[in-house]
This record gives sequence, C-alpha cells and structure tokens, in this order.
Amino acid sequence: MFLISCPFCGPREESEFSYGHEGHIARPADPDSLSDAEWADYLFMRKNPKGWHYERWNHARGCRRWFNVARHTVTHEIRAVYKMGDPPPAIEP
Amino acid sequence: MTMIDFSLRRSPLAHRGLIARAASDAAAREAGVTLGEQPHRCQINLRGDAGDSGFLAAVEDVTGLRLPVEPNTVATVEDLSALWLGPDEWLIVGPGGREGDLTGGLRGALEGRHFAVTDVSEARTVIAISGPHARDLLAKGTSLDLHPRVFGPGRCAQSGIAKATMILHQLDANGDGADGAGADEQPTFEIYIANSFADYLWTWLERAAAEYRVAVTAG
Repeated sequence: MFLISCPFCGPREESEFSYGHEGHIARPADPDSLSDAEWADYLFMRKNPKGWHYERWNHARGCRRWFNVARHTVTHEIRAVYKMGDPPPAIEP
Repeated sequence: MTMIDFSLRRSPLAHRGLIARAASDAAAREAGVTLGEQPHRCQINLRGDAGDSGFLAAVEDVTGLRLPVEPNTVATVEDLSALWLGPDEWLIVGPGGREGDLTGGLRGALEGRHFAVTDVSEARTVIAISGPHARDLLAKGTSLDLHPRVFGPGRCAQSGIAKATMILHQLDANGDGADGAGADEQPTFEIYIANSFADYLWTWLERAAAEYRVAVTAG
C-alpha cells in the first residue's frame, strides 16, 4: 500500500484508486491508414519498464477524476502527479 | 414529472427499528459513540464550471450557498449544505421534501449554461456518528487522515469505510454540546452510504463501536 496524492483531493491511500496503465499513448489520427501490425502496436504493446513509468490513475473512490502519475515500478516511489493533458515531466534516472 | 409519494418511502435501515431502540438522552451522553440514521435527506448532485462566476451566482441565488471550490470542504447556510465532490461537482443536501423545488429552481436558473442537476436523494441514507470516540470508530475502517489538524468541522471526503464507499462530512460544532466540549472532543460525523450498503455498514459500525459503549439515537 502506498499514498497517491490526487491532484484534486490530496493524499489518499492506494485502495481508493484504480490503475489506468501507461499514459500518453495518443490514438492514431487516421486509424484506417494503419497496417494491422501498427494498429496492434497501438492497442496492445506497452513499455512495461523496470523503472520510471508514466501512467494513468483514477480516483475511483474519491472525485472519480483521471490524472497522470510518474511512478517507479520497483520502488513505488512517486516522483510526479499531474493532470490529464499536461506533458510528462522529465525524471532523473 | 411524477410526484413522489413521500409516505411510501422506506429507509434501508427501517427494519432495524432504530427509533424504538433509541437510548435516553442521559445514556447517549454517557456513551463513547452514538449512532443514528437520518433517512430521506434531500441530495442533489450538481455539476458545473467552478470557474464560471455566472454559474456560481445562479446557484447562490437559488440555494443561498456559495459553492465551495476548496477541495474537501462544505458550505452551509441554514439547513442547506454543499459538499465538494470534485473540481466541477457538488452534493447539495438538505431536509427531505426540498428535492422538487431545488432541482426545478437550479435547472431554471442555470438554463443555457453547461450543467447537470440530478436528484440522487434516495440513493443513499445518512448515518450520524457522534461522541468522544467517533473518530476512533471511523479510524478502524477508513484510511482517511482524521486528525483534527487535517479533517475538522466543515470538511468532507469521498472515501471508503469497511470496504464500502462513503461520503464523510464532519459537521460544524453547534455549540450546544452537553458539556460545552469542542468539535475535537465531541465531533459529529455524517456518513452518506448507498442504500444497498447501509445495513452492512450499520452492522459493522455497531460492532466496531461496542468497545467504546455505543448508544443508538433517534436521528
């Protein structure tokens, strides 16, 4: 268990949140022009890094808003919490 | 619009006969925790743009409430309160029976703006928890930080308790406490709990409160 600081409600326990997987994946502007492999890459392929990960969370038991988190997948350290639409902040490795 | 037949409403805790079980005032004062249901409260979910001063003014015209924009806070004027639920969402609560005039008044005043007014009154009931051990009882079931420096009178939060989802509101100190105790020593909380979870949560609260000496109150 760890604390996540919802950008709207403040720090709350992890159990109040639901995980939204990797963030900043843009939907292709023209899906019809993609090959099956490119479409499959957009739909299914994720970075799954061992280290810093930019990911989406939803404050499901609180304000129900989505936001972004920069979390280390090994230590669970959270270095940044930022709103949807904001660019991912640079993280020192 | 269908008229609500208020006489047919039945609270989700009605079968427990809580009013018949209510302790005497003296026994309630001795208790570490008091529990009571306040059913059929008017609850209106309001969505709109907090940055639109016209939206805020229109809501204030109808309800007298200046919608709180600070997270996790509550604005109260007379018998109406607005609980902050999110950056563009509030729960307006008041005495049962106000549903029609509030929803109608808000929809009329907000016409032409981007908004949503939804009567959710019968979705949840309210369990009031009071007494010197009220905070200890809640702390058994929620991960919220309830320390008075973080969560005090006039604050609210959506969170979980005993795995159920709740809206928690700590009432303003009303100053008529039996021994003049402040809100820190005799806090009063209200839990808004979905009807379908109310019986479960009541059972949990009453058992969890047993060690503090619990008394049932009529409201």
